[in-house]
Amino acid sequence: MASVRLAGVEKVYPNGHVAARGLDMEIADGEFMVLVGPSGCGKSTALRMIAGLETPTAGRVFIGGRDVTRLPPQDRDIAMVFQSYALYPHMTVRENLAFGLRMRGVARPVIAERVKAVAQALGLEGVLDRKPSQLSGGQRQRVALGRAMVRDPQVFLFDEPLSNLDAKLRVETRAELARLHRRLRATIVYVTHDQEEALTLGGRVAVMRDGLVEQVGPPMEVYRRPASIFVAGFVGSPAMNFLPGEVRDGSWSGPAGLILPLPAGGSGGGRAARATLGVRPHDVAIVAPGAGDGDARVDVIEPRGSELLVHLRLGPEGSGEEVRVIAPPDAPVRVESAVGLRWDRERLHWFDPESGRRLD
Amino acid sequence: MGIEPGLGVERREARFAWGLAAPALVTILLVALFPLAWTVWESLHLHDLRMPWLGRPFVGVDNYVEAVRDERFRGALAHTLFFTVVTVALELGLGCVLALAMNRPFRGRALMRAAVLVPWAIPTVVSALLWRFIFEGRSGIANALLVEAGVVRAAPVWFIHTDLAWVPVILADVWKTTPFVALLLLAGLQNIDPALYEAARIDGASAWRQFRHVTLPLLKPAILVALVFRTLDAFRVFDLIYVMTGGGPGTSTEPIALYTFHSLLQNLRFGYGSALSVIGFAVTFALALGYVRFLGPGLTETRA
Amino acid sequence: MTRGSRWAAVAIGLLVLGSAFPFYWAIVSSFTPEARLFEAPSLLPRTLVLDHYRALFTERNFWVPIRNSLVVAGTTTAFCVVVGGLCAYALARLRFRGKGPLLGLILAVSVFPQISLVSPLYLVLRSVGLINTYPGLILPYLTFAMPLTVWLLVGFFRQLPAELEEAAIVDGASRLRTLREVIVPVALPGLATTAILTFVYSWNEFLFALSFTLGPERQTVPVAIALFRGMYQVPWGQILAAAIVATAPVALLVLAFQRRIVQGLTAGAVKG
Repeated sequence: MASVRLAGVEKVYPNGHVAARGLDMEIADGEFMVLVGPSGCGKSTALRMIAGLETPTAGRVFIGGRDVTRLPPQDRDIAMVFQSYALYPHMTVRENLAFGLRMRGVARPVIAERVKAVAQALGLEGVLDRKPSQLSGGQRQRVALGRAMVRDPQVFLFDEPLSNLDAKLRVETRAELARLHRRLRATIVYVTHDQEEALTLGGRVAVMRDGLVEQVGPPMEVYRRPASIFVAGFVGSPAMNFLPGEVRDGSWSGPAGLILPLPAGGSGGGRAARATLGVRPHDVAIVAPGAGDGDARVDVIEPRGSELLVHLRLGPEGSGEEVRVIAPPDAPVRVESAVGLRWDRERLHWFDPESGRRLD
Repeated sequence: MGIEPGLGVERREARFAWGLAAPALVTILLVALFPLAWTVWESLHLHDLRMPWLGRPFVGVDNYVEAVRDERFRGALAHTLFFTVVTVALELGLGCVLALAMNRPFRGRALMRAAVLVPWAIPTVVSALLWRFIFEGRSGIANALLVEAGVVRAAPVWFIHTDLAWVPVILADVWKTTPFVALLLLAGLQNIDPALYEAARIDGASAWRQFRHVTLPLLKPAILVALVFRTLDAFRVFDLIYVMTGGGPGTSTEPIALYTFHSLLQNLRFGYGSALSVIGFAVTFALALGYVRFLGPGLTETRA
Repeated sequence: MTRGSRWAAVAIGLLVLGSAFPFYWAIVSSFTPEARLFEAPSLLPRTLVLDHYRALFTERNFWVPIRNSLVVAGTTTAFCVVVGGLCAYALARLRFRGKGPLLGLILAVSVFPQISLVSPLYLVLRSVGLINTYPGLILPYLTFAMPLTVWLLVGFFRQLPAELEEAAIVDGASRLRTLREVIVPVALPGLATTAILTFVYSWNEFLFALSFTLGPERQTVPVAIALFRGMYQVPWGQILAAAIVATAPVALLVLAFQRRIVQGLTAGAVKG
């Protein structure tokens, strides 16, 4: 197992498209790092540069302390699981698993032994002699995983491996991956566009946008203290509410006359007179009208089984901004009814509306 | 700190790619491009193999001037144009009808595909001979059937008349090539989303209207591809006419390629024949370029 | 049956009849004695003889042109599938500059009218003594066979899933080994179809074979048939017999692989 480091990595394509600008990232030995972001943010490009399938136009890539920037993928001792699995269709499962070892000239008995061990670990003994076209989607995914595992590489790279599975299978496989990581103690770099997946799997999460890393940290930190409006809006579902407003005399005043105090020690004055408030739907409670920090009118109610997603409009007449709130299933709400909202003081976030960055 | 762009994986890949492509490129350069250049050079010389004592003097554009004044060449050009226009029109029209008919699911698909492919797959020489045989003399089967059906009273000798000789020739070409055109168009038809027809039907469009407003526009790319291939092929026709009529009677069915062939390998006038080749090539190339420009860059696009 | 499908059935029926008739008539005639050929021809044969076929192989030694065609078409196909295939792979799957112009160049060559290549090729072949030899035909054949092979195989290679090569490379295979162990086996159907089509085109070629051979020892089948001469009249019986013999193998090949062939032709052409 080894560490991975990206130093100032940039990737500009001949047609001018910038896929990565100045990426700096350190992934520790044995860590499970998830790169997450919307499509086009450069996460796959970053992964491919670690793999060696693309060469950075600037910057360096280190694996295990070794500068591998100019090395081809064959010499980097990494294994990759592709989104489409890319199993060799003309080979049996056994041959698929053995391929990498065969390419490296490993002795045949050793290959046979390792293939058997991996097949057992993944429950594939029964299908070793079948071809990929005869397997189910879940089985194919496990063969792709096995192909990587059998090589015992320094780093595992995953490129959206769960996106081809149905929802139920996805959740099961996620748990399996987590278990695998614990057992192998492998260094894993994992790319996904699904923020829920990122939060549940990652030891650390790197949220990316437009070729840059917006924030890196453990999932809870990224969730609780997002560093920018983008991260705050991307991570967490349903998405965070954002309300424009101003800081005045030590408190923040927003639309529909909403006034909330700033946390102790907050920079009341200074340059940032305008500030955007961010609060998650889980962190606002519905109370009786007038009993909270402000009133609102219920617009749409979406029952979601164990909870309600309530869309409201601020202001006693419901003429202000839209706010989404998660409420318990028995909450006393009806469409068009007036309610009060209480905002959890501990869970408020403020951002500079221009730079998008978090204000403290 | 940075590394030079172009090193690493991409550079290696490019080198490997050129290594793979090189043999094919070299082959093409040797057997096609170099000879073509030679032909152009040759066309600027007087080179008559029947009169080797004349040597091979440079004569500039004399051959081209002679060609323009050559009545037989102008005739060949006219014949070629006539043949091209008639066969391409017939083949596109019939091919379209056939493709529409073949686009429905039905049993015996394999039989139909065989009926389509076998004429296309046999040597042109053979198809020329088959059709020559059918129209041969006074008592070929074609004449026998026509007389019996009462279409004509006296059986004509097709290959003796300067106009009638074209009939078997065109028939043979249409027989051999329409299936291929139909295949191309069928592929285009199958790419059209059937939901569009359903939407049109719901909107109240008749079958003809559906054809005009849904089928035809979406079939345009396939039609253009078929048009390009067929026009270029028809313009270069040789095998069919050499075997069927030899260019006759006289030279009344002689196309450009055949006249060039005569100049080269029968009259052994290599300089003049080369000039004719170049003219033929230039016209073909101009046609191809014209089509490509019309079709847009789609024909030579590659995926990066 | 709706009116539309009735009309379609008629069209298809005419198609099959029209396609088959010349063959039917040729086959029937090839078994008809020479004297009867132009004397009150009837659609149904009255007598059948094997004279023409026998004469084909005993008097005219038709094995020779068949052998020549096999050698020339076979060698051309083998060479083009390998050399053209490598080039097609590079064009379809690898990234490098100059890809567009290269493909354009190869395709432009297929636009050349064959006749314009006859004079220089004739002079060159004559000067190196290759007229009336196998190489003297194979080399010119490359001018149309190579672009055809490249065009078809580029179409086939493009259809392969993109991540196959990457998986093999990450697994540790060199590009060459990837080509050999992963790409070629997966592309085998496409390679086979291309080989068949290239073979058919080479077998059918006429102009070059006519121009670059001098006599029966090296003439290919199309040339041999076209130049059949009789003592007093055109020996139609033998010509037709030869035509049937010449086309039977090609026809059988095509019938056996029709679905693949149609796929190959239309994939390359329409998606151009």
